[in-house]
Amino acid sequence: MKRIALFIPVFLLLCLGLSGCGYNTIQQNDETVIAAWGDVEAAYQRRADLIPNLVEVVKGYATHEKETLTAVTEARAKVGQLKLGSDVINSPEALAQFQSAQGGLTSALSRLMVVVEQYPDLKANQNFRDLQHQLEGTENRINVARVRYNEAVRVFNTSIRTFPNNLTNNFLLKLPRREPFKAEAGAETAPKVKF
Amino acid sequence: MGSIAQYLRRWRRAASLLLVACIIGPVSLALALDVPPYKGYVNDYADMISAQEEVKLERALQSFELTDSTQVAILTIASLEGDSLEDFSIRTVDQWRIGQKGRDNGVLLLVSKDDRKIRIEVGRGLEPVLTDLLSGRIVDSVISPYFKRGSFDQGFEAGVAAIVQATRGEFKADRRGNRVRRGDEPPPLLFQFLFFGLFLVAFLGRIWRPLGVIGGAVLFPLAFLFGLLPFSFLLLLLLIPAGAFGGWLLPFFLAGMLRGGGMGYYGGGHGGGFGGGGFGGFGGGSFGGGGASGSW
Repeated sequence: MKRIALFIPVFLLLCLGLSGCGYNTIQQNDETVIAAWGDVEAAYQRRADLIPNLVEVVKGYATHEKETLTAVTEARAKVGQLKLGSDVINSPEALAQFQSAQGGLTSALSRLMVVVEQYPDLKANQNFRDLQHQLEGTENRINVARVRYNEAVRVFNTSIRTFPNNLTNNFLLKLPRREPFKAEAGAETAPKVKF
Repeated sequence: MGSIAQYLRRWRRAASLLLVACIIGPVSLALALDVPPYKGYVNDYADMISAQEEVKLERALQSFELTDSTQVAILTIASLEGDSLEDFSIRTVDQWRIGQKGRDNGVLLLVSKDDRKIRIEVGRGLEPVLTDLLSGRIVDSVISPYFKRGSFDQGFEAGVAAIVQATRGEFKADRRGNRVRRGDEPPPLLFQFLFFGLFLVAFLGRIWRPLGVIGGAVLFPLAFLFGLLPFSFLLLLLLIPAGAFGGWLLPFFLAGMLRGGGMGYYGGGHGGGFGGGGFGGFGGGSFGGGGASGSW
């Protein structure tokens, strides 16, 4: 009787202690970061899926732009080799690699879009205009997903650094700080394709 | 000497304020262009839509929500003031939360008058039917031709009709008056836990009085914690003696209730809620940046 009487409060105190010290909060925030990363990857994947179609349509009209098209295809291939999943956000190097590959594709695409300006026939093509809308939409989704990922990372990082959660993390969870997306070098004006 | 004491007192107050701020400390973020509050389905801040048309659109969108539960909102603003259209648009839908929670079936038709820009922002649940491509076509070939001629009323009407046509049938409304509203999510589970907790404490107290006290001291703060009420550690500490007192007191009640022959479990659901007429606010849909932009 006495033993049970002791056990229950101790157990409950432990529950209280853990949730009071932010154990649950940290876990929740970590899951939010992982989910937000999933959205980032999905948005980038969407863009990668659009590219073969885009290249195909542009090829028919812009016959003199082989180089630009090749650059896009190559950047696309590089993106295809990237590691996916939460492995990427667990290591800063993988994240940097991810960012540079996707950034390469972004700049190759914007170069293509500049070149395309010289082909009025192509711009009038319904197929191409549809692709433009899809590409624009995808770039916007990428933007939104990145902003949300950074926000989730900010919340997570704050939650492991503030008292008393920092104690819980230092002694129990030992989760590292997550890296946010950084603005791409040479692309201060947001990764947006303008037409 | 008095002044030093005063100084110290002031310092202590400042320090305690700081401590409270550290404990509670909500983070507020300043944003660029403020999102205006919504008044209904049609929010014509730029005065682009005539009064009759506004009524007509409002009625059409309301009946669409009643049958399909999908929420379509219109917002016109005078100018973006240098803000990016897409940023402003996503901020607006994040704040308004158009669409039903869990279905994410909201659409925003945003028009900035001076910038001559149009955007259709599509909720996650409608992305498969109102694709970026289709939204783009609606902007380019349905709305903007009318806008170019200056006939805004017709542009809005045709645009809304196209959006409604694209999204019709994707979702069905629940029974009337059964729509889940923001802040109207009943927590029956919480109440069950509360009752269970009360009984547990009372029961423990019946077995052995100190056990009830301990149980109360532990469970009462816990209830607050899991009730997800905004709490601080100080509050939790205060709750412990309160719970202990409750735990000491409860067994008497239990004894009384048992003697009194059962207890009246308060029951019954809530009433019907919204009858159906009128705009009841937006639900809680989420957006992922789908949709398309254009200009006229």
